[in-house]
Amino acid sequence: MKRALVAIKRVVDYNARVRVKADKSGVDLTNVKMSMNPFCEIALEEALRLREAKQVEEVVAVSVGPQQVQETLRTALAMGADRAIHVSTPAASDPATLQPLAVARALAAVARREEPGIVLLGKQAIDDDCNQTGQMLAGLLRWPQATFASSLAVDAAAGTATVEREVDGGSETLRLKLPGVVTADLRLNTPRYATLPNIMKAKKKPIESLSTEELGVDTTPALQTLQVVEPQKRKGGVMVGSVKELVERLHGEAGVI
Amino acid sequence: MLASRGSARLWASLGTWYASFSAGAPAQISSLVVVEHRNGALTGSTLSAIAAAARLGGPVSALVGGEGVGGVADSAARVEGVDKVLVADSPLLRHQQPEPYAELLASLAAAAAFTHVLAPGGTFGKNLLPRAAALAGAQPAADVVEIVDADTFVRPIYAGNALATVRFTAPGPRFLTARPTSFKPAAAARAGAPAAVEAAPAGALAAMAAAPAAAEWVAESGRDGGARPELGAAKVIIAGGRALKSKENFALLERLADLLGGAVAASRAAVDAGYVPNDLQVGQTGKVVAPELYVALGISGAIQHVAGIKDSKCIVAVNTDAEAPIFQLADYGLVQDLFTALPELEQEIAKLKKQG
Repeated sequence: MKRALVAIKRVVDYNARVRVKADKSGVDLTNVKMSMNPFCEIALEEALRLREAKQVEEVVAVSVGPQQVQETLRTALAMGADRAIHVSTPAASDPATLQPLAVARALAAVARREEPGIVLLGKQAIDDDCNQTGQMLAGLLRWPQATFASSLAVDAAAGTATVEREVDGGSETLRLKLPGVVTADLRLNTPRYATLPNIMKAKKKPIESLSTEELGVDTTPALQTLQVVEPQKRKGGVMVGSVKELVERLHGEAGVI
Repeated sequence: MLASRGSARLWASLGTWYASFSAGAPAQISSLVVVEHRNGALTGSTLSAIAAAARLGGPVSALVGGEGVGGVADSAARVEGVDKVLVADSPLLRHQQPEPYAELLASLAAAAAFTHVLAPGGTFGKNLLPRAAALAGAQPAADVVEIVDADTFVRPIYAGNALATVRFTAPGPRFLTARPTSFKPAAAARAGAPAAVEAAPAGALAAMAAAPAAAEWVAESGRDGGARPELGAAKVIIAGGRALKSKENFALLERLADLLGGAVAASRAAVDAGYVPNDLQVGQTGKVVAPELYVALGISGAIQHVAGIKDSKCIVAVNTDAEAPIFQLADYGLVQDLFTALPELEQEIAKLKKQG
């Protein structure tokens, strides 16, 4: 199999505390640390392992978004991706305006060009929490899908992938005829760190630039965000001194036991 | 019924919504709910999705896909709020694979002019619905927690640290997954006669034959259900973190859960350490729960975990670290070693039960 394509998203770092803007227009992203979405890191790690196992020859990272996503693509190159593709969008600075349907359409256009044997994505981005892009991409390409993967075995010679999926109540194993789309769950692997020599090498690796216009993809948001608010705060609780007091309060005060 | 909103505002928004539909489209809400079922029974999250659809107003159709699903269809016909049951009984849907199922769903949404297509927000719905939406050229809304009007919905973003009100602006059916804990499940046994059950239109069934080859189903494990209630439906949840130190110690939580008729859950750390299976993980990327009582034992309360529990009625935290962030969320906090607290809890609760 020639190629694995991995979709990467730049998001707010998972440890960063986000604040809602006072005017309710969205989440304040000024001076907030940005990183590669954790699930995308896992998808990329899996692609690199496929290459190390000689099941694919090349790993291509792709990201859709404004100019800054190139930083995240550099991180992907430093982890070990061979090359990267940046699909730029018309000044979409807020993640709320670039939605999974548009991203899936852009990725489908890239997949038609690159003809990968497998496309790997994270199961969801930790900013919009949609959990949609991989499924939508598979639908647009009319390829089989295996979402929430916790293990993946590719047999390039047979042109199949065997995937264990995390589902409600347990797990399920599927066998896909490739090309196909796989989305990564947390337990698929532990991503590697980029080493300093690899970070230096990554500076020389190519990032190809395309645009959604060139690919003929309309990025108009289909969902308009009317407002973003903070969820209701829970009222402060009390500290109790003993288990006995805890049980008494749960029974008498809260009435939950 | 869309309660709690000004009807004038509702009609105004519906007016613009009808206008946004292409000419000749029905000016009538009509929703389709994809039924999730396991071992011949409807899941609780399906009952929540049906309740959400009923809130939209207009007739609610339930789609039952699978092989040999006559019994499931009869159960769906008895659910409160269901006006019609459509059955897609086909060997292609034996394991309800998304490749044929999405074609069926997209074709059905277009042909039968449904204005809304809903699925329960578990792994089944999240796997299927976006694929069907893409085939229909639509952007879905995931994990809806509130219905403002037929076009406008509230959904959590950033691990539940913000709530976005989103509005569909493009024409065509609105695809949604409903967060199960946000809609009180519809009654499984209604008072009146059951709804009509009919086969899905032939055209929609034919669409499945043209579907790309589905992933072949190989095996499953752990999906036969245990003696304890499902996390989503449990009134009491006893959850443990890494501090439990072993698989064997998790059995201690089970004893307490059984005493309270509850379920056992875990933080990501406990799952990653191999103490419990993955499907017990609660949080942003695991299950979202909202029980009456959530007891967090040895869980620090990371953002990602809190995302899955913040709608619980009462949260109790037991942790040796008085600075653990979970205490900021808890209604009742106790700084104590969980290994001494657990037997005491069992004792005190058993005493309470005796008193009746």
